[in-house]
Amino acid sequence: MAKSQSARLERKKLLGDPILITTIVVLIAFLTLFILYPLAILMVDSVVSDNGISFDVFTRILALPSFDRAITNTLRVGFAVGILSALIGLLFAYVEVYVKLRTKFMTGLFRVVSMLPVVSPPFVLSLSMIMMFGKKGLITRGLLGIFDNNIYGFWGIFIVQTMSFFPVCYMMLKGLLKNIDPSLEEAARDMGASRWKVFTSVTLPLILPGLGNAFLVSFIESIADFANPMIIGGSYDTLATTIYLQITGAYDKQGAAAMAVVLLSITLLMFVVQKFVLEAKSTSTLSGKATRARMLITDNSVRIPLTILCALVALFVIGMYLCVPYGSFVRSWGSNYELTTKWFEQVFTKYHGLQAFSDSFMLSLIAAPITALLSMIISYLVVKRRFRGRGFIEAVSMLAMAVPGTVLGVGYIRGFSSGVMHTGFLQGLYGTGLILIIVFVVRSLPTGTRSGISALRQIDKSIEESAYDMGADSFTVFMTVTLPLIKDSFLSGLVTAFVRSITAISAVILLVTPEFLLITVQINEFAGKGSYGMACAFATILIVITYGSVLLMNWAIKHFGTSRALKEE
Amino acid sequence: MATEKKGVRLEHISKIYQDQKTGKDFYAVQDANITIAPGEFVTLLGPSGCGKTTILRMIAGFESPDEGKIFLGDEQIDELTPNKRDTAMVFQSYALLPHYNIFDNVAYGLKLRKMDKNVIREKVLHILSLVGLEGMEERMTNQLSGGQQQRVALARALVIEPSVLLFDEPLSNLDAKLRVDMRNEIRRIQQEAGITAIYVTHDQSEAMALSDNIIIMKKGVVDQVGDPQTVYYHPADEFVADFIGESNFLHATIADKLDSETALCRFEGHEFEASGCSHLDKGKECCIVLRPESARLADEGTLACEVVLSRFMGHYQNYHVMVGDTLIKITDFNPRTHKIYNVGDHAFVDFTKDEVHVL
Repeated sequence: MAKSQSARLERKKLLGDPILITTIVVLIAFLTLFILYPLAILMVDSVVSDNGISFDVFTRILALPSFDRAITNTLRVGFAVGILSALIGLLFAYVEVYVKLRTKFMTGLFRVVSMLPVVSPPFVLSLSMIMMFGKKGLITRGLLGIFDNNIYGFWGIFIVQTMSFFPVCYMMLKGLLKNIDPSLEEAARDMGASRWKVFTSVTLPLILPGLGNAFLVSFIESIADFANPMIIGGSYDTLATTIYLQITGAYDKQGAAAMAVVLLSITLLMFVVQKFVLEAKSTSTLSGKATRARMLITDNSVRIPLTILCALVALFVIGMYLCVPYGSFVRSWGSNYELTTKWFEQVFTKYHGLQAFSDSFMLSLIAAPITALLSMIISYLVVKRRFRGRGFIEAVSMLAMAVPGTVLGVGYIRGFSSGVMHTGFLQGLYGTGLILIIVFVVRSLPTGTRSGISALRQIDKSIEESAYDMGADSFTVFMTVTLPLIKDSFLSGLVTAFVRSITAISAVILLVTPEFLLITVQINEFAGKGSYGMACAFATILIVITYGSVLLMNWAIKHFGTSRALKEE
Repeated sequence: MATEKKGVRLEHISKIYQDQKTGKDFYAVQDANITIAPGEFVTLLGPSGCGKTTILRMIAGFESPDEGKIFLGDEQIDELTPNKRDTAMVFQSYALLPHYNIFDNVAYGLKLRKMDKNVIREKVLHILSLVGLEGMEERMTNQLSGGQQQRVALARALVIEPSVLLFDEPLSNLDAKLRVDMRNEIRRIQQEAGITAIYVTHDQSEAMALSDNIIIMKKGVVDQVGDPQTVYYHPADEFVADFIGESNFLHATIADKLDSETALCRFEGHEFEASGCSHLDKGKECCIVLRPESARLADEGTLACEVVLSRFMGHYQNYHVMVGDTLIKITDFNPRTHKIYNVGDHAFVDFTKDEVHVL
């Protein structure tokens, strides 16, 4: 049997659709040039030197005690953060799905906790950790009178990263728990199992792959994280910060490239396990929809302790976030808590705050629509079209999820500072705002694509087919049918991309030139110098911007979104 | 409507799919040769997985054939994308555009053809009245019942005046009574528009009610093509006989040929005459199709039997009787006027030589 004729006809049909074919070609070129190529050049550069192929660089960096320490540190923090984030995530998810929360206050707390990581710049928690528990900490010194508490290092990173990443686990596990058919647990109850027994013998085994998945996701996030170890790590260096220092401190680009390859290998391995083993497993065991509503636990002996535990964690996290805006109004943290606006004044008078905000704002504002549109196009092609290269597009845009920002940054330095393949081609790109925009796009593309793909999978294939059948070409189908139907996903992708871009630091800090002042880089600098008031002022304005964008998004979805139009009876 | 009627011709069409589990290739459609005359209503009928939808989707352009050619009128269309083919499809899930109201849904295809606004309005309103949806233009699709959504889907397909209308099990999401109403509607509208229609279904009564011709498919292969009477009374094989209506299969031998058409058949120790045996010689084995409603239960007749089931169903009495080791189902319509046999009664199955079909 030969499928050659259908393949030939499909090719003909594709060629009969010039917009589609152009899109595909441009997309493949973009993904290759800005995701695959920088990673490939890292691999090449770290083994190829003037005297041929050798693993000298790897031998050299592996012999560095600092690198050895960095790997150990990174993995240790990663495991600890992964485990605790998954557990706290499970606690929150379980309480929300299984336990009757009596008060509006509690449901509000849960909502805030799930939203915080979306709107918060990455290093806010590190800042507040230092301000709460550091040497001059509000709690350590102010409340407890401890003067020499050292928060820098393992514990600092561990606590801060756990707080940053558990909400993601919570949202993931919540989805899984909701899909468990309540009758399974009722059946176990009915046969005489205690509530604890039901949890350990039914609920837990069902979500175990999902729990593993949550662990790996936070593990990857943790080892890829740059900002928090940078601020609160002290001398406790992780791979991401070591790579950064190797470039900015030691000017050893080749060594940094080799280190980046090591970091990338770890995240890629974890990503592959997560994507192909655990994700498949966790959804296959829980594909069934819950048949009806679950009887919520009202038993106070379960309800009260669990609720209080969640409330404490949530309040702690929220308190940490509030610490930063508070800090921006305080004259001198640790000694003089008199309120002042001098930091904000200095932001704009002394430190080019206006330029920093307009640079960050403009670059992100350009990157966001590109990202959102690009991810919707990729999702459309991946979900709705069959063509050669589809697998490539899907794989590469998902791969970008596993690439730590620092690795991408080093890849761009190696890949573009002397032009593509060191030939000078596209060299002009390096050091411009355009390359920053491209980094923003690449960094946010995977999340947008993932949300687009899941939104599109919900849409019956025949809806687009019907438009196609009526005489619309691919472009018209995309514009008049696909995009309007996933408008919500598009809008949220737009804002997510904007927020992620304006709060990004790990990759751009390696690529930014003095010409551009980015807010995040400013915060990092001030925090590094110990001027927490300034850092807080910058961070507070940033939070206001991101939170404002999210509010704007929710408003837009409510008024212009598809769900409203479709739900309208 | 000013549509030019066009026929459809499939020449040696095959489609190969890969089995998801074993990874092996198999023919979803194999060497299908189908000719549909202009203005004809043809049904592709068969159980699920027989390749009928694949054929429809190949005609629409969503799938490409691995072998063979497809013609619309005289034009070969295999290389055209769906939007360039002069076909319009009515989908099983209706596939209405949920972000448009009824008017915009129906007008979608016309707008793509860059027609004048007033012409579009006129055409849409006309077609909506044809399908019985006057005054519903402003409604959103989710404010309609299943039957109404189906009418919109039909109107949307009709309004672009395609050469061929394609139906992909359009009624399977509706409840039984509505299904009957809608199929009569579809037939009426198709006749009024005078348009060529290809209709995919697994429901044999739908196929009978709608079609000029029925194409029965089995495992990717076209099994029989014929008008409803032909496929019912002269099924090509046991599969068709079993799929369309109910059948008793009597495995008999030809005891003697009485003339070129008629033969004496021996079955379970009984002998009876059957016509339509020109293809069989004396001594051959054959399978005789006896429709339950063609057989009668009587005090004397062809085959002696014992009643094993007798059930009153309202408009008919349902019998199962044993003739030797063979179970025969008999449907006795309007039983009020007939003698009712009970379980355990001995009786005879009676039929004439023209009431059977010999395979």
